[in-house]
Parts: sequence; structure tokens; C-alpha cells
Amino acid sequence: MNERALASPDRETERPPPVVEVRDVTRSYRLGGRGRRRGASDDGTTVHALRGVSLAVESGELVSIVGPSGSGKSTLLHLLGALDRPTSGSVRFDGRDAAGLSDTELAVLRNRHIGFVFQQFQLLARTPALANVALPLVYAGVGRRRRRERAREALEAVGLGHRLRHRPAQLSGGEHQRVAIARALVTHPRLLLADEPTGNLDTATGEEVLAILRTLNADRGMAVVVITHDPEVAALTPRRVHVRDGVLESGPP
Amino acid sequence: MSLAEAFKVALGAIAANRLRSSLTVLGVVIGVMSVVLLVAIGTGARDEVSAGIEDLGSNLLIVAPGGFEFGQAPTVSKFTLETVGDLERRLYGRALVSANLVSGETVRADDVSTFASVLGVTETFDEVLNRRVVRGEFVTESDVAMGNRVAVLGSSAATGLFGAVDPIGRTVSISGLRFRVIGVVGRLGATLGVDRDAQVLLPVTAAQRLFGTLRVDTVFVEVPEAEALDDVRGEIASELGLSLEPGDFSILSQEEILGVAGEILSTLTGVLAAIAGISLLVGGIGVSNIMLVSVSERTREVGLRKALGARSRDITRQFLVEAVVLCGVGGVLGIGVGVGLAQAAERFTPLPATITGWSIALAFGTSLVVGVVFGVFPARRAGRLDPVVALRYE
Ligand SMILES: Nc1ncnc2c1ncn2[C@@H]1O[C@H](COP(=O)(O)OP(=O)(O)OP(=O)(O)O)[C@@H](O)[C@H]1O
Ligand SMILES: [Mg+2]
Repeated sequence: MNERALASPDRETERPPPVVEVRDVTRSYRLGGRGRRRGASDDGTTVHALRGVSLAVESGELVSIVGPSGSGKSTLLHLLGALDRPTSGSVRFDGRDAAGLSDTELAVLRNRHIGFVFQQFQLLARTPALANVALPLVYAGVGRRRRRERAREALEAVGLGHRLRHRPAQLSGGEHQRVAIARALVTHPRLLLADEPTGNLDTATGEEVLAILRTLNADRGMAVVVITHDPEVAALTPRRVHVRDGVLESGPP
Repeated sequence: MSLAEAFKVALGAIAANRLRSSLTVLGVVIGVMSVVLLVAIGTGARDEVSAGIEDLGSNLLIVAPGGFEFGQAPTVSKFTLETVGDLERRLYGRALVSANLVSGETVRADDVSTFASVLGVTETFDEVLNRRVVRGEFVTESDVAMGNRVAVLGSSAATGLFGAVDPIGRTVSISGLRFRVIGVVGRLGATLGVDRDAQVLLPVTAAQRLFGTLRVDTVFVEVPEAEALDDVRGEIASELGLSLEPGDFSILSQEEILGVAGEILSTLTGVLAAIAGISLLVGGIGVSNIMLVSVSERTREVGLRKALGARSRDITRQFLVEAVVLCGVGGVLGIGVGVGLAQAAERFTPLPATITGWSIALAFGTSLVVGVVFGVFPARRAGRLDPVVALRYE
């Protein structure tokens, strides 16, 4: 599978381009200053989170990313999700180079085609589950009634049809994460990215969450990339990518 | 994100921090209130002074000592009763001439004393300046000729000194000299809290002796026919030119006085508005400050919204709307309080206050502008946040 991660799919002429593909990307952070600067020189105060990674995610794939803490998994996921730009190398969405897209165009891309599930859930407090799930649709310009319908459908799809008016403080950890998944799929994205969605949950609840992701992948053909450091979770995905010290390596079969 | 959505989010954020929002709004309320109140007082003062000048009548020429321009120091008069006599002869049959001499003095009657402006006047003063004698009679030609020690009281001077008792035939004393009261003139009212009826009118000759001077301060010329006004003005100038330098006097119509007074009072209104503007500025800085707090408090929320597809301008709009709503609410409340205080000032204090539509519109408009101006910096800062950095923000 390592060859596949590094292969250039352009050679296979008949196949559609990958949903997202990174080629030889690096991402470094310069420490000390305010914020991040691109193209920082290697002067010892620069952290190289990614040092040349190539990876293609095909339409309908289910991929897990595993690796030790600090190896660059989240950094990679942010690049795959158009949340961040690489220091060098290219990112392509549906074959289109993201370097040519403005921040506004990337925002629209995230909104229409990508769903995120964060490790920390990232739900708006004081806001009912339904409104939390409907949030991406606000930025997609969907009308109020249609938003509510679609948010309800999404919550039903993750088994939370009975928790529409609950606020995050009134939900359990597993329910939090299911609301977060519902929010990620409410726009019917082609790509769903989950950063340790099971990290904060006990094993049983974590498995439930993973089962939902697998169902979405199988039933809706959504490409799903999930970060985990739980080998049991990773074992349930057909393709695994190992990250160590900012590079991909072959993992155990 | 539509504007309506931005409003909902902004209202939610404001409601979530009620106390903080209220205190921020309070700053704007005070600023807008000051603008409304002080402009009302400035406008009221101008209206009142204008009304006082209009009372003089439009066919009046006023001959004042020195130049008469805004900002010029007052000049000691070089007019004498001779000047007045010369003008009277020259304008005989076409205009009525009067003159006065003014000084503030303590006036006594029996055991009561009051401060009044004491005016030396000629016998034509009541006619030229539209003073109506309500009791007794006015100063006569022979009173002026003989320098008789008689006095005509303004209405509040009369009640102040004699209460309900009829003052006619009684005596008042000024600087130890006694004057017999022969009449009382009707009410004029107050201008800017100054009582214009606290007056004692004496024959100009008696007043000159009392004050130890031969001058008169101002000469008034009433021209019954409006068309003759310019001719008369020319004649006054040429007559006075015989004995005085051109800079020693100026001739003014009612309109010109209105113009100068209006200029002074508009400046006053402007200064008041500027002072009020400073407090509005301080309110605006408060809004800016709170918006910065609000942005940094909600950094993660901003990161999340951006991750879910909000564009920079969606975020900027959300915070800008929040700032404008805070200021708009402050504006409406400030106008309410300002109008209320202006009405209270008008009713319970000598200060005049006139609420005008434009000042309210201006105050509200300014409060919205303050919202935009002071909201734009924090809002753009929020819009520029990097989603990854913002999501990791603790
Ligand atoms: N904004 C930043 N500034 C500086 N260094 C950063 C920044 N973000 C990440 N890093 C560094 O980059 C490296 C990779 O970080 P990343 O978050 O991708 O790790 P990870 O594999 O997701 O780890 P974990 O499993 O603990 O979440 C780490 O060494 C981290 O300290
Ligand atoms: Mg991570």
C-alpha cells in the first residue's frame, strides 16, 4: 500500500483524479515569532512537522492515519482538508491545484466538499444540536427551513434523532462526537476527515463512532480519512497510512 | 452568510454577555445623550436670543460704539447727548431717535434691595424699543430736560422691590440718590436665564449725573417706513462722520445683529457638540475594546466557523454587525435620555433647550458610524484569523 500512496495516479488515464492528493508536501513552523511564517530557514528554531509526504485519497476510500504523537498527523489532515497550505509541495482537490485558489475559494471548497470531525468535538456551547449541525449550511446559503430539515436528517443518520434540542452540555461524550459527525456530513461532502474521533471516548463508544464512519463510507461512498493511534481502530480500515517524524512509512500489514 | 443571519449571531453574542454588553452600551448612551442634550441647549439659546432681537422690530437701526464684529472687544462710547440731538434734528419727521446708558447697580426701596440694570433713557425710548407702560407714565421730555429724579421700573424690579404694593409715588434709591417711581413697564421675559425685566429706567440726564459721565452707550433710530431704512442709515453715517472717526461707531439693522448673534451662538453650539462628541468617542473606544475581548474570547468559535466554510468576510460581517447593534441600541437609548433631560432642563431650569429633528438624526447616524469605525478593526482582525491557529487557541 505504500507504493500506492506514492504512486502518481495520472498514469492511469481512465480513472478520475483523487478526491484529494498531496505531492511531496512539507510544512514547517517557525517558533518564537507571532504566528507562522512560510519558507522559514533551517536555523534551529524551525519545526518541520511534515518533511515530504505524498498521499492520494481516492473517491470512496476509507483510510486511517496512524503514528505517534507529534508525528504530523493533524498537520497532514489540515492540508488534506484545505484548512492550511503547505510550506512546499502541492495539494490537489479533484486534480485542481490549491495553490491557485484564494482563501475565500478554499473556504467555499471546505464548505461544499469537505466535512471535518475534530478531536475536541468543537461544538458551539449554548447552541442546540440541531443548530450546531446546521452551521455549515448557513455558510452555504441554504434557507432556514431547508437547513433544519437537512440537519435533522443528518442527526437521524447518526442515531440522534431524539436529541435535536439538546445543548452540548446536556449530551454525553459519544453523543457530542455523533453531533460533530452529523455536522460534517450535513453538506453531503465527498471527503470526510476525522482527527482522532475516538480519542476522547471509551472503547465501546469509540467503536460505535467508527461504525458510523464505516457506514457512511460504505453506504454513501464518502471518502473517509480518520486519524487514530488505536491499532484496533486502524485494523478495521482497509487502508492504513503510517506517519513518523513527518514522513510516511510502511506499517505492519 | 446573510445579513439576517449575522444579526441573529450578533444578538446571540450580545445576549450571552448581558452585563458586559450593557456597560458597553452605557458608554455610547452617555455620548449620544450628551450630543442630543448639548445641541438642544445650544439651539435653544440661539432661538431665545433671536426671539429677543426680533422683539426689537425690523425697522430699527442701532448705532453702537466701535466696530461690531464677532470677536471684537467692546469699545467705550464716544456718543454724547449732543450727538443724539444732532441726529434728531437731521432726521426730524422721518425717524425717531432714542438713546440709552446702562450700568448694573444695587437698587434699594425701604428695607429691600435688588440688583438691576439701570438704564438712562430719552423720552422716546418706550416707543422706539416697544416698551409698554402698564401703570403710571413713562419718562417725559421735561424729565430728560430737567434731569428729574424719577424712575420707571421693569416688572420684576417692581415686584422685587415692592411686592404686591403699588410702587407709583414711592421712592427707590441708587448709590444714595433717591428717585420717585412714576411708572412700570410690561414684561419682556428672560433670555438665557437673564431676567430682562430687572430694569430701572431713569431720564438719561439723571443717569449721567448718577454715573458721573457725559456719554451715552447706544443710539436707537426707528424708521417707520422700511424703504427709507437705507437712506436714513446713510444720513446717520454722514452726520456722525462730522464729529467722529469711522471706527468709532457702527450702524446695525436688526438683521445684522441677528446674523452676528447667530454666528456667536452657532459657534457655541458647535463647541458644545464637540465636547459631547468627545464623550461619544470615548464610548466608541469602549465598544472597540469590548469587541476585541469578544473576538479573543471567541477565537475558537471563529476557527470552527472558518473550518466549516465561513469566509473572512462572513466573520468580519458578524462582528461588525455586533458592534453596530451595540452602538445602535446605545444611540436609541441615548436619544431617549437626551430628549428627556432636554425637556427637563427646559421645564425646570432657566436653560433653554430645543430638540431638533436633525440633531436626533445626526446623533443616531453618528452612533452607527461609531459602531462601524470602532468595530471594523476588531472585526477584520477576527476575519483574518487562521483557522488552524484559531482552533488550537486555548
Ligand atoms: N502552530 C504550530 N507551531 C509550531 N509547531 C507546531 C504547530 N503545530 C504543530 N506543531 C508541531 O508540529 C509537529 C506535528 O504536530 P501535529 O499536531 O501534526 O502532531 P500529531 O501527529 O497530530 O500529534 P497528536 O497525535 O499528539 O495529535 C509537532 O511537533 C508540533 O509540536
Ligand atoms: Mg493531532
